[in-house]
Amino acid sequence: MNLEALAACVASASCAVTQVSTGLIVGTLLFLVAAGLSLIFGVLGVINFAHGAFYMLGAYFAFSAYTLTGSFLAALAAGALGVAAVGVAFERLIMSRVYGRDLLMQLLVCYAVILILDDGVKILYGGEYRLMGMPEAFAAPPVEVAGGFIPAYYLFMVGMALAAGLALWLGINRTRTGKIVRALAINPQMVGALGINTTLLYAGVFGLGSLLAGVAGALAAPIRTLTPGMGLSILIESFIVTVIGGMGSIAGAFLAALLIGFTRAFGAIGFPLFVDGTMFAIMALVLMLKPSGLLGREAA
Amino acid sequence: MRRPGLLRPGLLRDALAGLALLAVLLVLPLLFPQPALRDFLIYTIAYGLLAMSLNLLVGLTGLVSFGHAAYFASGAYAFGLLMQSGRVSLPLAMLAAVAGTALLALVIGAICVRLKAIYFSFITLAFQMFIHSVILTWVSLTGGDQGLRGGIPRPPFLGLDLGQAGTLYGVCAVLFVACLGIMRQVTQSPFGYSLRLIRDNPARAAFLGLDVLRMKLGIFVLAGAMASVGGIILALFVSGAYPEFGFWTTSGEAIFMIMLGGTQLFLGPLVGALLLQTLNHYVTVYTEHHGLVLGTVILVIVLGLRRGVADFVHEHLGERRAARAASARAASAPTASARAEAARGPGEVRLDGVRKGTT
Repeated sequence: MNLEALAACVASASCAVTQVSTGLIVGTLLFLVAAGLSLIFGVLGVINFAHGAFYMLGAYFAFSAYTLTGSFLAALAAGALGVAAVGVAFERLIMSRVYGRDLLMQLLVCYAVILILDDGVKILYGGEYRLMGMPEAFAAPPVEVAGGFIPAYYLFMVGMALAAGLALWLGINRTRTGKIVRALAINPQMVGALGINTTLLYAGVFGLGSLLAGVAGALAAPIRTLTPGMGLSILIESFIVTVIGGMGSIAGAFLAALLIGFTRAFGAIGFPLFVDGTMFAIMALVLMLKPSGLLGREAA
Repeated sequence: MRRPGLLRPGLLRDALAGLALLAVLLVLPLLFPQPALRDFLIYTIAYGLLAMSLNLLVGLTGLVSFGHAAYFASGAYAFGLLMQSGRVSLPLAMLAAVAGTALLALVIGAICVRLKAIYFSFITLAFQMFIHSVILTWVSLTGGDQGLRGGIPRPPFLGLDLGQAGTLYGVCAVLFVACLGIMRQVTQSPFGYSLRLIRDNPARAAFLGLDVLRMKLGIFVLAGAMASVGGIILALFVSGAYPEFGFWTTSGEAIFMIMLGGTQLFLGPLVGALLLQTLNHYVTVYTEHHGLVLGTVILVIVLGLRRGVADFVHEHLGERRAARAASARAASAPTASARAEAARGPGEVRLDGVRKGTT
């Protein structure tokens, strides 16, 4: 515990700016992963415990594409589309067989897939840490704000995440497909009876959710070390985010991701050993006071 | 109406089965004196208790807890710390560790059981990670991520020297079977049947006047206490306690054991623990791609069998028994009807006679 250091940091503009930017980065990645998780849960009613492994795959796909082509755009596309494809395959081949079964079965198949993917990555890329390195496009000097420095790439990441979040929100709330997806979440039989291919839609939504995890992984690749187990911690944290924000709520995920991001960034200064405990305490508090989450709908 | 007491039907059979299990556990290391077997059995016993106590929540009451390892760790740490303090005897430390864990489960459970379905799972996970984080942070007491080191002393008690591997194993086996006995008694008691009702139809249970929350809390505390015994056994055996005991992967493994073995049979989770231990053992011996093999096995079981192995075998045997009974009935049908005919014969005659007489 070092609350004086925390107070001093909040008081000094340069430290506060640095920590806010760190918090934004953590929050951004969490938001992308949690939004996918939340979307899949909201529409399909299943919890994709393998979501963290998809994030990891996104990072490794981006790493491969970047080392092959040297283009960060290609890396981003490989991470996003590659993971979307894996997500669709996972949904069709495995997950769709356990829809409507109890939670334990879903948990178990995801656990199995996590084990297989982690080991697969270990076989293909080796178990040691990998670094992708910062793409040249972002080699610009960091932007100075009130004495604190923010790397250019951070700004790009936050912009990407905001764009993705906005696109998702508009897609769900303002388009015809979005309307169908929302209807699918409420009454799949009715949607099917109206002649809409719900199987295709389910796979599509699962793919989209996975794509978000892939984008997060690809965005994280330049600033994080790549290890086969890197999906685990983000999985747990994005769970906390979805629970705090409310299962199935994209806006809630955004709010909660920022909350957790800032808790992480400032907690690292004030109470470094107790950051995880604080996150879980916040989650427990939310579950006790409002089990459906900050912005979640009340469970029927 | 007479209240069913402790002496329920089937008690004798269960007691005999328990004694037989104890005998097998005690004789096995005598027949195969390799230390590796004894170690394997103690691990299975410790994790078996964790899985079986978790199944009191998952299979019996329908509460899917993701945070059961918290009580496993709490038992191990409480026991280890008490023994290291050197002020209490070994059995007293065990009792205190179980009681302390039960109290912890009471406090946490009082909050958790109010939530339903997935929210219950999440809040149990949250509390477990909170406890895990406390273990990591409170370095002066728990040793942080290094675990509780310096060994756990095993002073002799009642003439038993636990420093000897054989005696240690024997005490663990007796503890294990005693816990199984308690859990079996609870599942077969009226309380246990009330829990099944709560699992299948909570609204109806409440309507019938059961205090659902209190019953859930009761089984939550009992399950926590039983898990702590598993933790105590493991701490006693490895002579230490580690934060991994309370990490979420330990809970995950316990859930996996339950699913591997099956939720509906009393001993299913134990079968699962045994299978997982065996699998882990052989897979690590033969390949370094442990996750790949384990993951594939899980997928085959879940997508192929669609239930736990013990449940599958049980249902398969049940179906075969039913089929055999059906075919036996079909085979004996003609003779049976002939016999019925023969039995009815004279009666009809008599009836005819009566009828004749009346007309």
